[in-house]
This record gives sequence, structure tokens and C-alpha cells, in this order.
Amino acid sequence: MTVTENTVPAGSADHNTVAEAAEATVPAVSKGERFTSYDVRAFEVPGGREENWRFTPMKRLRGLHDGSAVANGEVKVDADVASELRVETVGREDGRLGVAGVPSDRIAAQAYSSFSTATVLTVPKETKASAPSVIRLTGPGEGNTAYGHLQVRLEQFAEAVVVLDHQGSGTYADNVEFVIGDSAKLTVVSVQDWADDAVHVSEQHLKLGRDATLKHTLVTLGGDLVRISPTATFADKGGDVELLGLYFSDAGQHQEHRLFVDHAVPNCKSNVVYKGALQGDGAHSVWIGDVLIRAAAEATDTFELNRNLVLTEGARADSVPNLEIETGEIEGAGHASATGRFDDEQLFYLQSRGIVEEQARRLVVRGFFHEILMKIDVPEVRERLEAAIEAELEAVGA
Amino acid sequence: MSSLEIKDLHASVVTDEGAKEILKGVDLTINSGEIHAIMGPNGSGKSTLSYAIAGHPKYQVTSGEVLLDGENVLDMTVDERGRAGLFLAMQYPVEVPGVSMSNFLRTAATSVRGEAPKLRHWVKEVKDEMSKLDISADFAERSVNEGFSGGEKKRHEILQLGLLKPKMAILDETDSGLDVDALRVVSKGVNDFKASNDAGIMLITHYSRILKHVQPDFVHVFSEGRIVESGGPELADALEESGYVRFTGGKQEEAAAR
Repeated sequence: MTVTENTVPAGSADHNTVAEAAEATVPAVSKGERFTSYDVRAFEVPGGREENWRFTPMKRLRGLHDGSAVANGEVKVDADVASELRVETVGREDGRLGVAGVPSDRIAAQAYSSFSTATVLTVPKETKASAPSVIRLTGPGEGNTAYGHLQVRLEQFAEAVVVLDHQGSGTYADNVEFVIGDSAKLTVVSVQDWADDAVHVSEQHLKLGRDATLKHTLVTLGGDLVRISPTATFADKGGDVELLGLYFSDAGQHQEHRLFVDHAVPNCKSNVVYKGALQGDGAHSVWIGDVLIRAAAEATDTFELNRNLVLTEGARADSVPNLEIETGEIEGAGHASATGRFDDEQLFYLQSRGIVEEQARRLVVRGFFHEILMKIDVPEVRERLEAAIEAELEAVGA
Repeated sequence: MSSLEIKDLHASVVTDEGAKEILKGVDLTINSGEIHAIMGPNGSGKSTLSYAIAGHPKYQVTSGEVLLDGENVLDMTVDERGRAGLFLAMQYPVEVPGVSMSNFLRTAATSVRGEAPKLRHWVKEVKDEMSKLDISADFAERSVNEGFSGGEKKRHEILQLGLLKPKMAILDETDSGLDVDALRVVSKGVNDFKASNDAGIMLITHYSRILKHVQPDFVHVFSEGRIVESGGPELADALEESGYVRFTGGKQEEAAAR
């Protein structure tokens, strides 16, 4: 059965809810035919009008896209990992690198062509990590540029929780690989809590083995421009990927999340839920959700959802789900996308019970993110995010 | 002893086409311990009256006063009105996804009482009120009104009435959409509230059936944005017999179709 839905925001407030239910579009060129290469020279310099770049403010990329951003710094990598895990710093020639996916845009290829050392975190086979592992990546500093590479690999039947914690200043482009072996289970939370000046462009390659499970959560709070492109592929049957996202865009921030789930083998599942709140002049979020179900991918089950809550005037949310289906023999496929303003009816209801407006607004925003937060099963991270959301709301006096 | 005085209240609804006057001079005084039924056909402005008193942003009061114990509530924000002792049980309670009923109730009680209720007493208090209204315990962890049936929503409005203990309660079509059993439970909730609190109640209804369970002291007929006739409980019986036609100049059909 195929379900395709475009929904408008919940709530009865049709008079004050501005909905921009995104149109499902079939791209002119199938995602299945997109160009990929490890070599930056194989890509043309993008001008900004390409489908892949049309939402990104190119001038704020500081030359990451045209080769003019030369590395003059390093990202500091601090690993605080469970004792069963192995952390290595390896050279470019390490044969394990690049197996999870090939860069699909010029900046990812630039990063792949430019990094000097890579960090590899391995969870040995049949090992369950005894504690969450945290990898802290600190930016190269204001005015500096760095390229990096990180790989998290789970051997078969391994199980782990990994937190990537991005913070600090500067300009950074990287590739992150998640290589999840057969029947392995990975929970990953990538937090982009950059300082206000930071520019971060990243491609995350998620490769699931047979019967592997991945719960992948992106949380983007800081930065001047953050653009993360996760691509999920399945090496064999039975893979199950859940892609969650939470972002909070403030005045002047550009936060872009471009997802691609490539169903090329049968019996795999994907579920995407991204929620964002925006506030302040020039706050801009972009969510692209591409799902491709190839002819061979029978019994696929996929759904994707994006919701945006626009808290103030002057903020803009773009939301574009794309679903390409090449076989009718699937379990289900659908998407929903909606962008709405603050619901005055909800505020009125809460206020009429004596709750002051400021507190009522917080209740509504917290409630909006509740669904995602409850799915983040790393308590330390969840608590920190709850606090970060409170701080965001304080900042605007909402 | 409290009083709610509505004096020559005029209000308009704000629409895309401009403002349209709905309330055309409402006069009514409700004292503690009194139940006033407001009855009228659809489109007569009954709900607008409740929203205007509560301060819904869609409605604009153009003239008149609403005094709660002599204080003009029209000068207050919506939440100030709630804390001053006004309560509106809504015809269509709003869903607030992700906010649990228990969190909501405690936040509201804290706001209205001026301090957080002691946890141990609070848990018991909520439990008692919920069981009186036949609300099962698992509702506490569900999101506010989300996925509730019409009857469940109305019960939760009355649950809030019992917990927030306002001076003046406006019940807007609380009986609509209730089956016989639910009507009995909700009516009992209203009667219990009245018996244990010295409060006044404005009971807005289209039908007289709830008045068989909740005995009004006064009945007012509402038409074309104002009260056109007032009397005792016998007026409700007369309406049951003859309908609203004689108060609306034969325009009931038109009014109802709006």
C-alpha cells in the first residue's frame, strides 16, 4: 500500500495558522543517478542554482565549495569511550576508510581529499558497550579552517551508543561514516552546538548490514551555517534505520538537513522524524527528505515527517520531501510535512487556566519537541537538550 | 460572596472581511451560589459571550464592562482573568500535543493558587476528582485533550473546574455531544462543584436536557446578540414546548443555518 500525505498543522486554528504544506516533488533527475566521487576535481564548482545548493547561502560557505578554503587548523578530537571500544588515529591510506559511502557533493569531496588523519572508533564483534561513548570535536577556532574524517564501525552483533558533540568556532567540513555490521545495533546522537561564528558542512554516510539497526539523531542548535547531509544505505536485507532530528534556528542562522534514504534491497525499514523551531530575523531552516525505493527493494516500509514551528516573524522554514518509488511491492511509503505559526488557540486555552503567556509558550514548544526528546534514550544528552531548549526560549523572551 | 456584572457589552468578531458585531448590549449579573442558564438558537452569540468574557483574541469588545467583584476583567490579560477567578469550560477544548494532562493540571493549579500544591495532597486531590468523573488514571499521562473523544474532553473540562475552583464558571455547551451516561456524570460534577464552592455558574446551552440534571435559578433567552427574556426555571420548560421561534421573530431556521 502506498500512502502519500501532505498535512497541515494540527489544531483548529485555521484563522491564524499559516501552513506551507510542502508539495511532494519528483526531482528531474532521480536520486539514484546522483553523481558521487572521492575526488574533489571530479565536481564542478557549484554556483548556487543547482538543486543540491539552491537553499544554501553560498557566500557564507567561506570558500569550502570552490577550493579557496585552505586548511590552516585542526579539529581537536577528544574521545571518552567505553572500555570495550577501540579508538585509533589513522592515515589517509587506511583501507577501512570510505566504505560507508562516497561523497555526493563538492564540499564532501573536498573534505575527503583534504583530511590528513582520521579517527576510527571500533566496537568489536559480539560486544555490547558498557556505557555511552562521547567524541567531542572542537572547532579550529575563529578564522581558521579544518577538514576531518571520522568513522564509527560496529562489527557483527556489536551494540553501542555514541554521541558526537560538536562545539567551538571556525570553519569545518568533514565526512562521518557509520559502518554497522550484520545484526549490530547503534544509537548515535550528533549534536551541533557550535559557537555563533561556526560554519560546518558535513556528509554522514550510514551503511547498514544485514538485520542491522540504527537510530540516528541530529541535533542542531548553534553555528552561523550548518549543513548536514545524512545518506542511509542498506548492504543487505532486514536493516532498520530511524532518523530523528531536532533543530532550533535563531536570528541569522542557516540550518540545513538533507536526508537521503536509498532502499536498494528488500525488507528494510526507514522512519524519519525531524522537528524544528525558528525564531528571529533571518532564521532559516531547510529540510530535504529524499527517499528512493528501487525496483529490487520489495517489502520496504518507509515514512518521513517534518514539522516546523515558526515562533516569530522574519523566520523561514523550507521543507521538501521527495519520494521515488520504483516498485509496487512495498509495505508502505509516505511522508508528511508542515510548517505552522504558533497556535493562538493553544495559548488561549492554557492562559485561560491562569498560566502566564510566557510559561504557556514554553509548554507548547516543549510539547512540540517532546516526541523527539522522548526517543533520545541517552539521559545525559536528553537533559542537556531540554536545558538548551529552555535557554533558546529564554533568549527570545518567548 | 462574588459577583460577575456584565454591563451593556458589545463585541465584534475579527474576520478577514473586517469586524462584525455579534454582541449587541448584554446585561447580566451573576452572584455566588446562582446558576444562570443562557439559552438560545445557534448563531445567537452565546459562545461569543463566553469567549469575550474570557478574552479570546478573535473577539473585540467595543463597549461595555465586565466586572468581577468590581474589577474590570476587560483590562486583564487572559491569564489574569483565570487567576482572578474566571473559568471557561470550552465547547471545543483545544489539543496541546506533547503536554501531559498531569503537567498541565499542576501548572494551572500552581498559577491559580499562587503556589505549587503539596505533591502528596495534590496526587490524592487529582485522583479523587478523576474518579468522581469516571476518568481512568492513565489519562494523566496523555497529552492535553489529544485523541480524547468529545465526552472525554468535556469530563476533563469539569475536572479542571473541580481542581481550579473558580469564583465564576462559564460552561459553554458542556452538554453537547454527551450521551445520557456522560451527561449524568458531567452534571454531577457541576453540582458537586457548586455544593462545595461558593461560586456562580453561567450555563450556556442550546437544549434544555442538561437543566433536568443541573437546576438553574434563572433562565435567560439569548437572541441576536443579547438577552431578550429572563425568568425562572419555568422559562426553560416553555422553550422546550414552543422552541425559540417567538423570541427570534420566526427567524430560527435562518439563525440555525448560520
